Amino acid sequence: MATEDGQDPRIPKIASSIRVIPDFPKPGIMFHDITTLLLDTEAFKDTIDLFVERYKGKGISVVAGVEARGFIFGPPIALAIGAKFVPMRKPKKLPGKVISEEYSLEYGTDKIEMHVGAVEPGERAIIIDDLIATGGTLSAAVRLLERVGVKIVECACVIELPECKGREKLGETPLFILISSA
Amino acid sequence: MSGNKEEVDPRINGIKTKIRVVPDFPKKGIMFQDITTVLLDPKAFKDTIDLFVERYRDKNISVVAEARGFLFGPPIALAIGAKFVPLRKPKKLPGETIFEEYELEYGNDRLEMHVGAVEAGDRALVVDDLIATGGTLCAAINLLERVGAEVVECACVIELPELKGRQKLKGKPLCMLVEYR
Repeated sequence: MATEDGQDPRIPKIASSIRVIPDFPKPGIMFHDITTLLLDTEAFKDTIDLFVERYKGKGISVVAGVEARGFIFGPPIALAIGAKFVPMRKPKKLPGKVISEEYSLEYGTDKIEMHVGAVEPGERAIIIDDLIATGGTLSAAVRLLERVGVKIVECACVIELPECKGREKLGETPLFILISSA
Repeated sequence: MSGNKEEVDPRINGIKTKIRVVPDFPKKGIMFQDITTVLLDPKAFKDTIDLFVERYRDKNISVVAEARGFLFGPPIALAIGAKFVPLRKPKKLPGETIFEEYELEYGNDRLEMHVGAVEAGDRALVVDDLIATGGTLCAAINLLERVGAEVVECACVIELPELKGRQKLKGKPLCMLVEYR
């Protein structure tokens, strides 16, 4: 994998700790498995540190994480920068009143949901996921937060699959990634 | 923390007041303990993690495992320098897995773990936001023991003691912060 911002010496080790599994969940897909990164205590810490260094002291009060792997990276970042963590989930998982946003899949649509009242208008947020591919989920998360008046400072992912052109789906919203996997 | 009434840590009440109880979710009769409201309060969330980190940092824990939620395990793992191992519903983990079946409060399911994530001799902490019947935690303990890890303790934010989950933990100690009766 190539490294974005290749100057930071921590990134190659993070990249090499990620396992690529062919043909999961279906033939033709090269699945980037971050669970092996989580087994490398230094690589996991470095990953979080890289995001924390970028976002600390920037007035970010919300870290939103997309289910499920966004929940692994989002909370440690939120804790370190003193922001709240807001889980964004598949339908029917959140127990309270929710608002939802639909997005397209290859075949059909899906939704992500957020609790009403989790965020307030005017808050500054980052959205975390382990990987951006087509950008469907992340762009839905952006729309959902913007609908309630939140300013998305940036989307942040460990890995980008640039050929899937997810960046384009995010429009004006900046994207920060550690590793680009062509 | 648990069982030490004379010395309840002052942070615990702050955490308890942040937990939102949602009646009749996912179905009638269940009082769902919603911890997302704890996550919205940076101090309450930090206190929750700190309480566990303080307890485990000097216990040579090499693995923190968490089933299905992954909200508390990763920050604890990072702070104590342990590996984090997610235990997941079927078909989510991409590599070779082993599984354990278990009963939920409301249904049946399987918990999977990647082969090779945990090694024989690892000292493990199992984390979950809540212990109800203990089914999930029991399945987690079984998975870890099958690969030769030693489960040192289970750690939960909330316990529903009336459901007697403690009895399902194969003798492992349980540390919890908040009881809900």
